Amino acid sequence: MYLRKNLPQQLATGRLLPLCLLVLLAVGCAQKKDDAQPLANKQLPSRFGFGRPATAAQIAAVDIDVRPDGQGLPPGSGTVPEGRAIYATKCASCHGATGVEGPYNRLVSSDTSRAKAIGNYWPYATTLFDYIRRAMPFNAPGSLSNDEVYHLTAYLLHANGLVAADIEMNAANLPKVVMPAEDLFFPDDRTGGAEIR
Amino acid sequence: MLLGGMAATAATVLLKQSSGQVVQTALSGNRLLLHDPTKVLGPMPSQLGSRSPYEQPLRKPTDTSSRTPLQDLYGTITPSDLHFERHHGGIPAIDPQRYELLIHGMVERPTVFTLADLKRFPSLSRIFFLECSGNFRSGKEKMTPQDICGLTSQSEWTGVLLSTLFREVGIHPKATWFLAEGSDAAVMTRSIPVNKALEDGMIAFAQNGEALRPAQGYPARLLLPGWEGNTSVKWIRRIEVSDQPFMTREETSKYTEQVGDKVRQFSFVMDARSVITFPTYPAVVQKGWIEIRGIAWSGRGKIAKVEISTDAGKTWQPAQLGGPVLDKAHTAFRYLWLWDGKATEIMSRAVDETGYTQPTLAQLKKARGNNMGGYHLNSIIAWQIKSDGSVLLVPENTR
Ligand code: HEC
Repeated sequence: MYLRKNLPQQLATGRLLPLCLLVLLAVGCAQKKDDAQPLANKQLPSRFGFGRPATAAQIAAVDIDVRPDGQGLPPGSGTVPEGRAIYATKCASCHGATGVEGPYNRLVSSDTSRAKAIGNYWPYATTLFDYIRRAMPFNAPGSLSNDEVYHLTAYLLHANGLVAADIEMNAANLPKVVMPAEDLFFPDDRTGGAEIR
Repeated sequence: MLLGGMAATAATVLLKQSSGQVVQTALSGNRLLLHDPTKVLGPMPSQLGSRSPYEQPLRKPTDTSSRTPLQDLYGTITPSDLHFERHHGGIPAIDPQRYELLIHGMVERPTVFTLADLKRFPSLSRIFFLECSGNFRSGKEKMTPQDICGLTSQSEWTGVLLSTLFREVGIHPKATWFLAEGSDAAVMTRSIPVNKALEDGMIAFAQNGEALRPAQGYPARLLLPGWEGNTSVKWIRRIEVSDQPFMTREETSKYTEQVGDKVRQFSFVMDARSVITFPTYPAVVQKGWIEIRGIAWSGRGKIAKVEISTDAGKTWQPAQLGGPVLDKAHTAFRYLWLWDGKATEIMSRAVDETGYTQPTLAQLKKARGNNMGGYHLNSIIAWQIKSDGSVLLVPENTR
């Protein structure tokens, strides 16, 4: 504190110089924030040349994601009756005979219950295909053929009242299924600061 | 023969296991006489250390997660074997020799990196907390900090910055999002804004000085400091760069929260929070001086201050922060309290460098509505100190 009083004078006489340097260094370090940037990018070589080029086949082998616009959906198709049959043998034990009973996640929503499920909470139909293909059945992940996944997707969307019973689900019409929940979603609006959101 | 929790009466002997490793083992009762440590030659140096048999902190597992015993830890680093777990398809067995990370999509040079490749890049080590966004339980008096919010842990993570890797593969200037995909049975996927990658995201391959633990993503994981744990995809096998989010199940059906009649999505940052770790249930305290201890953290940067109330929230005093206070890191706090022996409630609240103050549950409900679900609940946690010295949680109802 006593320093502050005499600050101009001390600055003028240069008596404070070593201290200033210290402060500058400290501030500099604090502002740099970045030990996160061990080397500023301009100090990095433009390329290290590590790794090897990925071939188209390597990419195709693992590129299983499906976007809301349908990019990534494979060829194939599915129907509600076939989906219902597969569901009964491969899914019902964990999600219930009609998709509401559990024991695990409820998949079918109803008008009378607010319980979250595909029909009232999922914003995109493509997500269903993507998720079933990558992760279900829980005890045999990745075991379904693309057609089986189309069948199950058709069945579950129908069970949620989102598509007709005679639909033939494929890469062209799946992205077009209108999901009522899509309008509910909004991106994060928390920004720090005083407001609680 | 391991006897935990008998520190007062137990003695210790050394046993040679069939593996040849010498371990300390507790004995009790009349064999105590044997045990004057100055009269017994101690064990010789060994290849691998182990905890004292008197110290047995444990995670608390359920089907889907296991919780860090916050009340049993000291300082801010979580021992790696006590780091919380949350996985969606179990822990995959991955041979590090065969591990590969593919980066493709909107990049000039789709590239496959082996683990050895990743380790050749300039690396860095930084301390960050990692917290599951579903990290709040309440509703009963007999709950420990582990039960309430044990899905947060802290490590020193070592890895290569995503900005380095994205530069290496030549990321397209119009790229805005990327998909991170794990190689577990859930083939976990999340969409992440490219900006976060360039700011401080990394591919981590080590934790607290050694290779990642299998439960933490061995041999390599994404690490996004300050963001909800699920986004730091473990066992990462693929990054696909894009100009839109992929809308995976974990960012639509899950990890989203109801706010009024709407649903908030991509709520990545973990807001500031604190928890007292002593005195808490099941501790019993005595009248006189008590050091109230705990940790505070914020996904938005540094903790600016932690305040303590020992009168049920009427007045607040600043706690002392254990330095250095790091960005997006558990920060220890302590507050010396002279307890007069009368029943009261104690609580802590964190303030971060953005000026955000940890809210009450009532404030969260007011902002989000009664149907806010279980994600991003960072409210103040209060403890009842009974006149007999017992400590109980002040239970709350999130609905
Ligand atoms: C062995 C039990 C089991 C079987 C069999 C099973 N599931 Fe699941 N399913 C689960 C579990 C557990 C989850 C939650 C996983 C998580 O949260 O990580 C789940 C989640 C889901 C979800 C997401 C639900 C949500 O609310 O986000 C869908 C959709 C789904 N399963 C569809 C299926 C289909 C289709 C089948 C049949 C091919 C199937 N499941 C078979 C256990 C099972």
